[in-house]
Amino acid sequence: MYQHSVRVDRRKCVGCTNCIKCCPTEAIRVQKGKAIIRGDRCIDCGKCLGACPHSAMVSVTTPISALGCFKYNIVIPSTTLYSQFRGICKLEDIYAGLYALGFDAIYEEAKAAEILAEAMNRYIHGPDVVFPVISCTCPVIPRLIAALYPSLIDNLSPFVSSNELAARVAKAEFCEATGIPASEVGAYYISPCSAEITHMRSPMGMEKSEINGVFSVRDIYGKLVDMIGKLPADAPCMIEHRAGAFGLGSAVVGGLSIAIGTEHYLAVDGMESIIECLDEIDNDRMGGLMLLEAMACRGGCIGGPLTFENQFVAKNRNRRLQYSQPRLDLERDEHVQKYVDSPLIKCDKEYEAKDIMKLSDDMLEAIRMMDKMESICRQLPGLDCGSCGSPTCRSLAEDIVRGQAVEMDCIFKLRDKVRQMAQEMVDLASAQKRG
Amino acid sequence: MTIYTEEFRVERGNFQEAGSASSKIKRTLKKMGISPAIIREVAISSYELELNLVIHSLGGTLKLSIDGSQLLIISEDMGPGIGDIELVMQEGYSTASESVRAMGFGAGMGLPNIKRHSHEFSIESELNKSTRIVAKYNLI
Repeated sequence: MYQHSVRVDRRKCVGCTNCIKCCPTEAIRVQKGKAIIRGDRCIDCGKCLGACPHSAMVSVTTPISALGCFKYNIVIPSTTLYSQFRGICKLEDIYAGLYALGFDAIYEEAKAAEILAEAMNRYIHGPDVVFPVISCTCPVIPRLIAALYPSLIDNLSPFVSSNELAARVAKAEFCEATGIPASEVGAYYISPCSAEITHMRSPMGMEKSEINGVFSVRDIYGKLVDMIGKLPADAPCMIEHRAGAFGLGSAVVGGLSIAIGTEHYLAVDGMESIIECLDEIDNDRMGGLMLLEAMACRGGCIGGPLTFENQFVAKNRNRRLQYSQPRLDLERDEHVQKYVDSPLIKCDKEYEAKDIMKLSDDMLEAIRMMDKMESICRQLPGLDCGSCGSPTCRSLAEDIVRGQAVEMDCIFKLRDKVRQMAQEMVDLASAQKRG
Repeated sequence: MTIYTEEFRVERGNFQEAGSASSKIKRTLKKMGISPAIIREVAISSYELELNLVIHSLGGTLKLSIDGSQLLIISEDMGPGIGDIELVMQEGYSTASESVRAMGFGAGMGLPNIKRHSHEFSIESELNKSTRIVAKYNLI
């Protein structure tokens, strides 16, 4: 079943080649004039959402009307949400707005990021670690590793992502304080990115996600901006476990590494740059590196496709928010210490390689296919025009050997064929009749 | 019987393209579904060989060749040849110039590293003529 958040709106798609060109796993093709996403190759990075000039790539999030499904609702605001609002610097205003939207409790993703940072700090100084540890806070990263870098699976962090941890801790805390059974409590994440919807539906590293719904930052922004300022002065606006500057910083790439407190790290954003760095790591050219913090979106979560604000403006606001909050000592923070060793924080299922590159499970067959692919590729024009519906001539050659395309999909090949057939017609017509 | 070959020209001193042949080889091997452990070893040795061609040789070729059970990475250059093979096979020995070292290359260990990352390793060289290095891997 198709589990991804990103879908093609066929009414808006004009069959141009922008999306097929930007996809890092070559998961999109144009067939019969419309883009088609191959579910087995998509890693939910969301690049196509930004690349489509016709807004035909859409991310399907949970509708806000879904809030009635559980008796009690907890909201997990992503740290990115805070930096969307022009002129609002007080987090209390945002909390008040979230309560007014009907949520019973708020648990900040930023607080979970602080727990994770402390856990990661202990982990990288512990025994039996495969370096560099690759952080999985961005849900695209484990998917990218499983698809293109199966040899780096053991480097993936053993911890769940910060929003997943937030949902788990928030439910545990809520049920502990109220005595309400967990089955009556839903956790909703306010997400800057489409990959979180896929994480909720088919998570990696665990059987089931504790997140029950994913709203887009944009949808909630629209609701909040309307409401804030109109709320009564005595409206509830407090939350129990507030994150400090470190947790708030995790919405920007590099923030988590700073919170962890190691100096030998790489903080990388954007798919091309991440792929470059993973190649370096995969080729063993990053001696001594302890941590890779990679975020699929430019700038980090603040650059997510479901955000409202320009990422640089959001980054500036995020920085100001960090300055407004204390730098909590994570080693002494009571709440952080309560959960840092808890089983809630760990992935409970092994990551599995998907290895989408492989042409065939039979190696000899794959080698033969590769040979055929190379020879087809030499016959193609090499312009990478995308008119055939595959992103490059090389990928068309691959599609042909996989049986998903034919050589005549190439318009240059087709033109040559037409020319040759026309010549044959002429030759035939002018052939002397015997006798 | 050879069932697959791919050959790349490598130019002396061309650092802009240095590494592209070995990454193409790696991509090919991933498509073939060769085990990640072997791909990793091949990636390391082919990168070292490619960089050696760029830094030390007068130019040459890097070749991937596969028969049913063996994978070969072959580096052949047009000189200048190695006088004392025993010496270059020592850990830490380097002939790289200051300018190359300033770029972070040429710290020595190239050839012993390739040997460590291959199942079989052979080197033939004739001074003032050419060098041929083969790193072999058993696929089965």
